[in-house]
Amino acid sequence: MTALMTGIGVGSGSAAGPVARMAPPPALPAPRTVAGAEAAAEAAAVRAALCQVAADMEQRAAAAAGAAAEVLCAQALMAADPTLADRAAALVLDGTDGPHALAAAFGEFRAGLEAAGGYFAERVADLDDLRDRSVARLLGLPMPGLPDPGHPYVLVADDLAPADTALLDPATVLALVTQRGGPTSHTAILAKILGLPAVVGCQDAERLTDGRPVLVDGAAGTVEADPRPETVAEAAAREERRRRQAARTRGPGRTSDGHPVKLLVNLGALHELPAAAAADSEGVGLFRTEFLYLDRAQAPSLEEQTAAYREVFTAFAGRRVVVRTLDAGADKPLPFATAPDEQNPALGIRGLRTATRDPELLRTQLAAIAKAAEGSTAEVWVMAPMVSVPEEAADFAAAARAHGLRTAGAMVEVPAAALRAGAVARSCEFLSIGTNDLAQYAFAADRTLGSLAALLDPWQPALLDLIRMAAQAGERHGRPVGVCGEAAADPALALVLTGLGVTSLSAAPSCLGEVRAALAAHTLDDCRRLADRALAAPDAATARAEVLATLG
Amino acid sequence: MPQRTVTVGSRSGLHARPASLFVQAAAKQPVKVTVARDGQPPVDARSLLSVLALGAQHGDTVVLAAEGDGAETAIEELAALIAADLDAKE
Repeated sequence: MTALMTGIGVGSGSAAGPVARMAPPPALPAPRTVAGAEAAAEAAAVRAALCQVAADMEQRAAAAAGAAAEVLCAQALMAADPTLADRAAALVLDGTDGPHALAAAFGEFRAGLEAAGGYFAERVADLDDLRDRSVARLLGLPMPGLPDPGHPYVLVADDLAPADTALLDPATVLALVTQRGGPTSHTAILAKILGLPAVVGCQDAERLTDGRPVLVDGAAGTVEADPRPETVAEAAAREERRRRQAARTRGPGRTSDGHPVKLLVNLGALHELPAAAAADSEGVGLFRTEFLYLDRAQAPSLEEQTAAYREVFTAFAGRRVVVRTLDAGADKPLPFATAPDEQNPALGIRGLRTATRDPELLRTQLAAIAKAAEGSTAEVWVMAPMVSVPEEAADFAAAARAHGLRTAGAMVEVPAAALRAGAVARSCEFLSIGTNDLAQYAFAADRTLGSLAALLDPWQPALLDLIRMAAQAGERHGRPVGVCGEAAADPALALVLTGLGVTSLSAAPSCLGEVRAALAAHTLDDCRRLADRALAAPDAATARAEVLATLG
Repeated sequence: MPQRTVTVGSRSGLHARPASLFVQAAAKQPVKVTVARDGQPPVDARSLLSVLALGAQHGDTVVLAAEGDGAETAIEELAALIAADLDAKE
């Protein structure tokens, strides 16, 4: 019996395959006292659970390569640690039940590592993962973390965190389905990077059990359980046509009448670099630098940053690379840059504002970018996140110039910056619109909440109004204006953005082909007419429907 | 009891790869070897978590100790590992 579930679609592809669920971390059962013979058996079970986890990690390490293998090897050694097993067993013999003894023993070592600080403290996440795995083993619960059914699968989860997704292999994961999350959640961004179809915020997904066949349609935002074979075959044929069409046009982005629209890729980590550099693009429109700072107790050194930036500039020799300086805070808190006591982190000290409190962070980063740019043929631009007033853009541009970085720009994510885009544009060399945050702040809607997804729809006419203000201000002052949010990845919306006056689009590498094909099939005047239609619509759904109807 | 004081030679300290190699080598020894930092209680050299929790950085000194047959050789082998720059071997 087929069943159709709906959610928020990501990407324009589709894929079919069996479900494999990602289990949540195990919850500890109510504590109980163990005594006598039971304690000896429980202690043996605790030791066995740790041994099994160590064996699991060794097996995974053998299948992995490079840095991932090294981390897994270290985790295997930690799980096999004799002192850890002795401590947990001793707690059981003193009367604590197995799961709580494991949690307590891991907790003691966690505190030890945290106290050691620096590199040592960065291992606590590995330890937490091992604790969850050992407790799950002991209780006979499904293993938390990514499933490994031994064949390609559709990953179904409550939600995905960046740590889960770093290990995700696009060769075995066919599509992503999550119960929570909105159109700009980590899952959605990751799906675009990997070119995977996804449906997020799909509440019915909790009914999907391991092994059940599903058809995931990113364009329609649907998950069909137990689909008919004909339906799967039709979807596969459609997918094949879509891929062929996207591959037909190559080279720089332009409309059919030759109006150039630079097509750039978003880059968020060095492991994405080979695929990003290989993509047919004119450079990087958004190089997110947070990956250098995440999961650390201290900011990365000048040398470490320089080496990472140089790697990117070398891979993009002869092309443009727009580096966004550190955007910490809100959903990306950093121990050394984020105040722990903010009531409203999304409205707190984040983005460029962290540089006001800690100028050294920005100074070191700009120095590293400048040093890495020396002798490189990449066209290196820098931009500041979360600019609110023209003065901030001017200060940032001055700081960049002081380091020899001539092309500095401001991100337009705060509505105030869009409303005063003319003055912001005059204060620096270019503007880049981050549609995800601009939507969040314009609609006062938390971008991580799936239930507010409708307000965060990039087709919202009010959001398009703000984008037009920024684009027109750029045109008046001779400044390029790019879009680097998820909006740039939608081929129909890309035409509307071009019509509004946007001069470059930056998206995940896998999305560029379709955007390029759409531009090549329309004139600039077509794009302007589509933009007018979208702006005249009363709501997001109508705007999208009218533009799609015009496109046929 | 045989013991020896050694300076940590790896640039990242007794961490990640250097710590893993050290612990694996300790597990192969016929005797139990302990490792300690300035007056703190010694820990089992076969315990990666205990060794990491020492927080020993490049240039810090640690004391290795062991007892029984083969203690001298075990200490010598492990001391050489601690003194070497294990980060350099890629």
